[in-house]
Amino acid sequence: MDPRFQTLQEVLQQVKGYIYPNEVELHWGLLVVVYPYLTGLVAGAFILASLERVFNVREVQPTYRLSLLTALAFLIVAPLPLLAHLGHPLRSFEIFLTPNLRSAMAMFGFVYAWYLMVVLLLEIWFDYRQDLVLWSRRESGPRKWLHRLLTLGATDLSEASLRFDRNAGKLITLIGIPSAFLLHGYVGFIFGSVKANPWWSSVLIPVVFLFSAIVSGIALVLLLYMFTSLVRRVEIDMTCADKLSSLLLYALIVDFSLEVLDFIHRLYESEESIKILSQMISAKLFLSLVVLQALLGTVVPILLLGLLSPAFRSRGLVEVPDELRRWAYVGAAVLIQIGIFSTRWNVVIGGQLFSKSLRGLTVYKMELTGLEGFFVSAALLILPFVVLYFLIKVLPPWQEGETAAQAGLAEVA
Amino acid sequence: MKDADSDSIEDRRTFLQKALPAPVALLSLLQGQDRKAESKEESEPAYNPAEHYYGMGIDPGLCIGCGRCAEACKAENDVPREPFYFRTWIERYVVQTSGETVVTSPDGGIAGFSPVAEADVLRTFFVPKLCNHCANAPCVQVCPVGATFITPDGVVLVDKDYCIGCRYCIQACPYGARFLHPVTLTAEKCTFCYHRLVKGLVPACVEVCPTQARIFGDLRQRRSPLHRFMRFNKIQVLKPHLNAEPKVFYANLDGEVK
Amino acid sequence: MPQQVTRLAVVFGILILALVLARSQLVPKTFGQAGHYRAAAVTEIAAAKIHYAGHEACAACHEDIAKTRSAGRHRNVACEVCHGPAADHVAAPTDVHPSAPKQRGRCPQCHGYDSARPTGFPQIDPVTHNPVRPCISCHQPHAPETPREPEACGACHGSIARTHAVSAHALIGCTRCHETDRRHKTTPLLIRPSKPASRAFCAGCHARDAGSPKEIPRVDVTTHGERYVCWQCHYPHFPEAK
Repeated sequence: MDPRFQTLQEVLQQVKGYIYPNEVELHWGLLVVVYPYLTGLVAGAFILASLERVFNVREVQPTYRLSLLTALAFLIVAPLPLLAHLGHPLRSFEIFLTPNLRSAMAMFGFVYAWYLMVVLLLEIWFDYRQDLVLWSRRESGPRKWLHRLLTLGATDLSEASLRFDRNAGKLITLIGIPSAFLLHGYVGFIFGSVKANPWWSSVLIPVVFLFSAIVSGIALVLLLYMFTSLVRRVEIDMTCADKLSSLLLYALIVDFSLEVLDFIHRLYESEESIKILSQMISAKLFLSLVVLQALLGTVVPILLLGLLSPAFRSRGLVEVPDELRRWAYVGAAVLIQIGIFSTRWNVVIGGQLFSKSLRGLTVYKMELTGLEGFFVSAALLILPFVVLYFLIKVLPPWQEGETAAQAGLAEVA
Repeated sequence: MKDADSDSIEDRRTFLQKALPAPVALLSLLQGQDRKAESKEESEPAYNPAEHYYGMGIDPGLCIGCGRCAEACKAENDVPREPFYFRTWIERYVVQTSGETVVTSPDGGIAGFSPVAEADVLRTFFVPKLCNHCANAPCVQVCPVGATFITPDGVVLVDKDYCIGCRYCIQACPYGARFLHPVTLTAEKCTFCYHRLVKGLVPACVEVCPTQARIFGDLRQRRSPLHRFMRFNKIQVLKPHLNAEPKVFYANLDGEVK
Repeated sequence: MPQQVTRLAVVFGILILALVLARSQLVPKTFGQAGHYRAAAVTEIAAAKIHYAGHEACAACHEDIAKTRSAGRHRNVACEVCHGPAADHVAAPTDVHPSAPKQRGRCPQCHGYDSARPTGFPQIDPVTHNPVRPCISCHQPHAPETPREPEACGACHGSIARTHAVSAHALIGCTRCHETDRRHKTTPLLIRPSKPASRAFCAGCHARDAGSPKEIPRVDVTTHGERYVCWQCHYPHFPEAK
């Protein structure tokens, strides 16, 4: 027998209660878990970047460019899990050609193109243009040509021109914040608008997605900032790390409150679906929802950050040496990543573990190999970091680079 | 035509068997259909979708759970035989005296149902299920590329050469009526046997239902059997609170059916 | 105008032009003609092959059988329910032959006993009902009749008969309570037996002043159960009150 049917046969054996016969096959697997996780990181990293730019949070300035590049790296990879998941990836262009304007998913083409072309690339371009011009003047070989190409020929470095860069960048960031909200809010809407599915159908889902996105994005940039500093053997700017961790804590608290609100609301309304959903949580999602998402991914980081970060008191509620605080931040950020990934898992997979007949539960059998398998998803989670590595090579985001560039500018002048 | 009709049947059969290959047999099929058209006192030159608006009536009180509809559907539409893909299926409800309801649909009901322990039964019955061809179809709403759509005659179809296989429609269907075809990797569902409708035939499941538990018809025409069905029965649709406006109508449906 | 704007305008212009070009080339020709879909898809779906020819196509040649069938109990059972899809046979009558099920297995798909089947639908227990013999040796499939009229009610109403047999009412025959026209045995769904319509019927045994044996439970018919007919609360085939 075809191994695929073999798997379905095994699933059929493990079904509890009644599910519609077409529900034996679980349609959105691990790849669709990875997708909202990746876009969440994009939106989160971008919003962090815009904090510095729009709201003048000076402390996080060292992470500004890193956040932008992180957002770009993850945005480039984000559509890949979707593509790999399609039955006909080669037809995916239809979504740009004949988008069904009533479909939440068709908006993907617009939202993605808008965010990539109009927001991220433009903001990065305006921010780097001066450096690109200077680099291309100083360098030689392929790097020179690459940087020159990236200037698009706009090599004017007059004061008026640079001021235009700054103003344009600021304007784009302003547009970018609602766009980042749109990007991930829309991903939440894809799930939240499925009225057939009581686990997804909730007006809060886009908002919960958004705040969990901000949480995961800040945590990721915090990790990346610490890691790159370590690799580059530079001192970690503790004011920056402290500020990041306080922001992380605030976002986490809002995120947690929203999720608890959603949970209590469901429990209190106690609709038709409540019975099967509670069965699902206790039988199928206990580890991923209660242990990973709620306890390890949210409560523990809130405690860690709440006690150690300077969110409530300038030196933290518990005063510890920098070294220990750094480790605590790393620990909290890692736990948060695990927690947010579990959140995506619980939404996507959880929404398919119970039957729409509300009479039974099924199981998800994760494959190892194959497009929908574990290895492909793992590769897609690593890929953004590879992309980020190359982006950093081409567009060094570091402060030192900037000062050097300014020195170069002085030379030219 | 009059001549052909006046021929004795035996003659025609022997004649066919002896000498005539397929084309003539087809001709006789056409003649049969022409006769039907005549009796309706109208000429049907070409199928005009604007004249129809299809729906189906189901009377669970008549369903004997024989599974012939699900079987015929698979044969008529080349649906994969594996028990994970159904355009239509039959559920058996056993409401027990304890209040618990046990629903089963082994292999969609094609291979029959295992016996019920009668002592605990409060009431028990069969319910055929299929795509509801909703007028406000959630699956059509969510299709990102326009690969699934509602025809002017009210049938929800999938364009298998345009479907990208994202499966959003499968998630959006409240009735579990869609699946991903394991070979074409595109979404699949009941078409009301659209290829039969345009030729004046009823869907295969309706054709083979031995007890007329399925009534197919045209909501635009008063003389349609569906019209009569909806006049004589209390009608319920599945999951009305979702406002999908299904066009499969159930007579005297039990509240346990979801 | 700043240099940046002109350069970006060129890049975006090229991209938008590419999208417009791609659209004009790649969108299927019939897309959007009838709605937001490919109109040709409807034609393609409509052209799918028919497998079930429909009973009218069968009747065109097999008029004799169609006539027999239309007069019998299977008049609404289409030919292809038992014989399977026959469009190929219609197209090539001499080359392709539909199946004609002669074994026992086929008929119980409809007539095997299942309590979920509607009351009155003819059902048998395939294990005990004349084992081994093919159904068609007694029943003419195109116009089936029961070879002989059922002797006992339990032949059709098995589950009631089994319950009744172990109940306090075991010795009361079915027809004592149900007036049954003889024709019920041949056309069970058209001619239905009666049910006791008044409380007086049960009171004949169960009233305080009834002349029935002493061990039979009694109630005050004037007060007990108000306006209900007795069987609306008590299941007479297995009365629970002692």
